Order: sequence, then structure tokens, then C-alpha cells
Amino acid sequence: MAGKTMTNVYLYTRFERLWHWCQALMIIFLMITGFEVHGLYTLMGFDTAVDLHNFIGLFWLGSFAFFAFWLIITGEWKQYIPTTRKLFDVARYYAWGIFHGQDHPVQKTPGAKHNPLQRLAYLGISAMLLPVQMVTGLLYYLYNSLGDVSLAPIAFIHTLAAFLLVNFLIIHLYMTTTGHSLFSHIKGMITGWEEIHDTSKIQEWETKATRKT
Amino acid sequence: MEFRRCKWFFGHAAAGMMVLCLLAAGPAGAATDDEALGIKLAKQAVRGDKHWTTVDHSKIELLNQKFTSGDQITQACLSCHTDASMQFKETIHWTWKVPSEKPGIINGKAGHAVNNFCISGNAMEDKGCLSCHAGWNGVEGEVNCLSCHGAKKFSFKEIFADLAAFEGDDDPDIQEIVNDLHKGIQQAVQNITLPQRSNCGECHFKGGGGDGVKHGDLDTSLAKPNRMLDVHMAEDGADFACTRCHTTVKHHIAGRLYTRPAAAERKSLIEDDMATKITCESCHSATPHKAHTKMNDHTDKVACQSCHIPEFARVNPTKMWWDWTKAGKLKDGKPFVEKGEFGKPTYKSIKGEFKWAKNVVPKYYWYNGSFDNIGIKDEIDPQKIVEVSHPLGSPDDVNARIHPFKIHTGKQPYDKVNKQLVAPLLSGPKGFWTTFDMDEAITLGNQTLNVPYSGEFDYVDTTYAFPITHMVAPAEKSLDCIQCHTRDNSRLAGITGIYMPGRDKFAIVDTIGLIAVLGALAGVTLHGLGRFFTRNGREE
Repeated sequence: MAGKTMTNVYLYTRFERLWHWCQALMIIFLMITGFEVHGLYTLMGFDTAVDLHNFIGLFWLGSFAFFAFWLIITGEWKQYIPTTRKLFDVARYYAWGIFHGQDHPVQKTPGAKHNPLQRLAYLGISAMLLPVQMVTGLLYYLYNSLGDVSLAPIAFIHTLAAFLLVNFLIIHLYMTTTGHSLFSHIKGMITGWEEIHDTSKIQEWETKATRKT
Repeated sequence: MEFRRCKWFFGHAAAGMMVLCLLAAGPAGAATDDEALGIKLAKQAVRGDKHWTTVDHSKIELLNQKFTSGDQITQACLSCHTDASMQFKETIHWTWKVPSEKPGIINGKAGHAVNNFCISGNAMEDKGCLSCHAGWNGVEGEVNCLSCHGAKKFSFKEIFADLAAFEGDDDPDIQEIVNDLHKGIQQAVQNITLPQRSNCGECHFKGGGGDGVKHGDLDTSLAKPNRMLDVHMAEDGADFACTRCHTTVKHHIAGRLYTRPAAAERKSLIEDDMATKITCESCHSATPHKAHTKMNDHTDKVACQSCHIPEFARVNPTKMWWDWTKAGKLKDGKPFVEKGEFGKPTYKSIKGEFKWAKNVVPKYYWYNGSFDNIGIKDEIDPQKIVEVSHPLGSPDDVNARIHPFKIHTGKQPYDKVNKQLVAPLLSGPKGFWTTFDMDEAITLGNQTLNVPYSGEFDYVDTTYAFPITHMVAPAEKSLDCIQCHTRDNSRLAGITGIYMPGRDKFAIVDTIGLIAVLGALAGVTLHGLGRFFTRNGREE
């Protein structure tokens, strides 16, 4: 570690950060209310849980449209293009290198905020799991107006995806602690600035936003 | 900088508001009314409900005569209401018969239908049943119009017997008594009403031989109910008479007739202003709750009664169990009665053992308005519980709703050889209530219906279902979601064919989910511990 310089990079814009935390809040509330509706526990009462779940779910669906629009217009969708380059290096790092003081094989840059493993995971979440959840959620909500449709398959997928999202959330939360310090990733998502190891791999154009201290 | 920050804030705020507006316009609707549609419509339907008439029966000379028999009274009625008796004699209230779907089978107390109470009317040969027949003298002679149209209960039978006894007596004291008796009759005859709850209740509250025996949602507590017991019939509520919903055409009164539904289709008065008012939807519509509430989504599968009648028999107890096997025990050679909780008989030598209950939670079944029943001529499987009367319907049936029922269970005699229920004769000198000889009672009873009896009988477990539809509680007393949408002890635990959030789950989904969540927790814990103990491989 010693001898390596640290550098601050501006990774996440205000909109991204706002969206991230809003969506996080919505998804967590959807989980809390959703699993109560599923009958796993009693917290706020079934009817309150249903009403809240419906409201937040619809709000999420509506606001997600804005986010998708932003992704397309700004070209940020490119952050999610999957790649196999260095994918196994990253995997090996989390399985081995992290315990042996090795550096992360891929450093974050504003041009590439996600490492190959993240790209794959977030593509799966944003392009598959979340849309599945939103579509099945909407079908669940509109079930009565859909005519001769059975609720069972909708509920099957919606509940299964919900469990997978909890699985994601646990791993996601844990992974925030794997930065150069325990909270550096979280700090990055709050302030936008993340302190990373300065590496020669970062080109000058990528660090032009670097804060002069 | 300050300006940019402002712009940023208002930009985001505006975007947020847009999302909110879009969402609010969709599901929540532009405006929510304070009053639910069902209440609004029902209020319209009962607006100006005061009945008025151009006839004052006390001014009719013909009704001032000295009546000496019931038939004379009816003749007086018919002198104006010429077709009344003719109409009434066509109805099930007179014939006690109604065609069944099965060829050659007639339902009704006078037909092939049986129940698990007093079992059969024995083709009206069991005279004990006839106290509820709307004639002066059973099926003979004329209709007793006053059973349903007399405003005051009056024991004509006793008074006429007294008059007959005094006939020909010239004693002035006796003459005075006779005049008083005639005056009493005249007052009763001139005190005419449309049928009130107490008129109908005289039989329907006491069906099965006593108050609250049969229905569970019909007993004498409904003569003067409060709002808590029944919002429709409450004296401090809508104060409905039975005929407010059980509308009438030529003395045919709307309602279910054994297996035949009360209404062929669900229509509100908006759709058809001449529709019968026998369904809740007639006055309350199919979307009775406040606009855009989830409850309105339920009305295609759940009957109104399921949530709005949380329990039945809320004031008077109702009979839930009748065991004929115990009938016939005697003390010192004499029949006896034992009373239990609620002051109701738990044993009667003439009838057997009973169980009563109050505030009963209904059983729920799919119900399309029709019933399946087992009559005296149907074959039964004595190894199973025989459903003497049971609702029809399935989740695939668009007319079916989940509906509450009282299930009256019991043990009753059946023919072991012919595998049929039997119809013991109960009252009269040769009936079971006098002889305590079940075999003879069955022999005589089955003869009245021309159904052969093998001479060998035993007892079989049976159930008899009653739809629960009266005793609608105030809205705030209706069920909470959680009474049905819950994993354990759901009121609808027995309802199949639908997925109910909160009640149902897929075992495979929950198993995969549990593995995914616990697996993730275990994985990150181990990984974290690894990092802790290797200190991330860093050397100090």
C-alpha cells in the first residue's frame, strides 16, 4: 500500500446519487411491505402493507421511466455493456486477492464506473430482475381488470424475484465494504467523490475532474 | 453557484411532481367521493319508502259481521281481493312443493326433500308441521290471509273454539262474552298490514321446531333488531320488512326455492329498474365501495355476505347439531328434557341430543345460487358424511362467489338395505313422539311418500347447509383483510382454485428464497471473516 498515492475521483453525478438512494429506499420499502403481504410477518397490518406496496410500486414504475430516459439520453447505458475482459481477474480478486493484499484489478473511473463483474450483475438487475418485478407487479395490481387471468403464476414470479432481490441487497451491501476503506464506496455514493488508489491506468482525461486539494 | 443549486433543486422537484401527478391521475382517480356508490344507490332505492293506501279496512261493512269460522273471514277478503286465494294456492307457501331438476322428484316439505331436523313433512300427513301452513285448517279449505296480513297476532283457533262452545247459550252474561269475542275478531280482521317481520318470522324465525333452530341468520331477535344485528331490518336503521328485498309477484315471493336460485342473474336497479331486489347488488351495485378501493375488486369472487356478516346467531343461539340416535330415552317411563347453556334444550326424548352455539363463524363455499340436495329417493353412501343440502359452485363458474354458510350437522336414520334416507312420522298417535318406536315411525312415514322401506335402519352422519345472508352488520364491523389473507386460520382456508396473497405460497419459491437469502448471508459472513482474519492480506 505504502507509496501509492490516493486520488479523489468524481464518479457519481447528483442525479445518479439521488436516483440511487431513492430507488434503494423504494425497493427496501417494497421488500418490507411485500413480504408482509406474503404473510411472512405482521408489521403494519395487511391492508396498510398492501396500500403502501401499491403506492410505492407505482411510484417506482413511473420514476423508473425517467431513469431509463436519462440512461438513454446521456449514453450512461454504456456503463452496463457486459464484457468478459478482466471478468475472471475480478472474480479471482474477490476469491483470493482480497485476502492477500492485492490491488483490485480494475479501478473505477468516471468512464467506467463498474468493473466487469458489476456490469454483469447490474445489467442482470436493471435489465432483467427489476423490469420483471415491475411488470409482474403491475400485472398483480391490475389483475382484476385483466379478464380471465390467474394470479398464481404472476405471484410465483413476483415472489421469487423478490427473494432474489433480497439476495442481491445483502451481497450489494457487503460489497460496499470492500473499498480501500470500509466506507469509501458508500461515501462515494453519498458525495459523488470516491477516493481510489492512483494508478497509471487512469488516463489524464479521466481525472480532469479530480479535486485539487 | 447559488443559482445553479436552486435550479437543480427545482428541476428535481418538478420531475418528482410530474411523476406524482401521473401516478395520482391513474389509479387514484381524479376525485374520491365521500360516500360509497353502494350507499348512495341504496339510499335512492329506499327514498320515499312510506307505503300509502286508499283502503281503511275498519270502514268496510263486510268486516263488521259476526265471524264464526276462518273460511268466512277469507270469503270476506275475497269479496274484494277476488284472485288472492287463487294466486296464493299456486305458491310454495301453500303447496309446500317445488319442482326439482331431477325427473320425477319434487322438492319441498310436502315433496321428496328431507333435512336433518324433523327430517320430512311426510306429504303433509305429519300434522305437527301444519301449524306453519297458511291455511285455517291445514291444506283443507281456505287460505288464512291473516297469517301474513294480520297486523296483530291473534289466536283465531282458540276464539272460534270458544264461540262454538258458547253457541246456543242464551245466558246474557255468556252473550256479553260472545259479543266481546266477536268484537275481538272484528278488530283483528280489520287490522290489516303488508307482511311485517313478525308475520314472516312466525314461521321462518322458528323453522325446525323453535326459535333459531334452522337458519342461524333468522330468529326472533330480528323482530326488533338494532343496527348492530342487522342494518337493513334495524328499527333504528332502515327498518326493512322482509318483502323489501323478497319482492312479490302474484303472491310468489322472491327467494331461493330449495335447489333453485333466488335470482337468475345479478342485476342492479340501474341496469334494470324492474329487477328483483333479492340480491345485494340490486340496490348496492357490483362496485358498492368507495371508488378505486381494493374491496370493489373482490366482488367478482366474494359475496358481500362473506365480509359483512362476520358471525351469525349474534343475539339468539342457533342449533348446530342434532343427534337422532339418542332419541327415545325415558326417565321413569316418561320422556324428558334437559337444558344446557343459553337455556336451550340439549336433550329431548322425542328428538335426541342438540348442540347450540352463538356468534358462530360461518363456513365458506363457492356458491352460484343453486343447491344440490339429497331427497328421500336418492341413493346415499353411508360410509361418508351425507350432504343432504349443499351449495353448488366452483371457482371457474362466473356466477359463483365465496359465500358464508351455516352447516347444521347431525345423525339421522337411513334405510340400510335401500341406502336411502328415511322419513319417520313424528307427530300424531302413531308417530315417534308418542310411540318412541323408530322402526314403526319410518314404516308409516315412508308410506306417506310411497317410498319402500326394507325394515332395517341405522343412523348416518349428515350435513345441511343454509346460506347466511341476513344479520348484515354495520360496515365498521365487517371483516378485516387479515381474517382471510393470513397463512394460519384463514377463514377461507378451505377455498380452492384461487391464489390469495397472504394465505397462499409456493413451497418451492419460499424454499429457493430462503436458500438465496441465507446463502447470501452465510457467504458474506464467511467472506467478511476471511478478510478480518487475513486483515485483507495487508501487513502493518
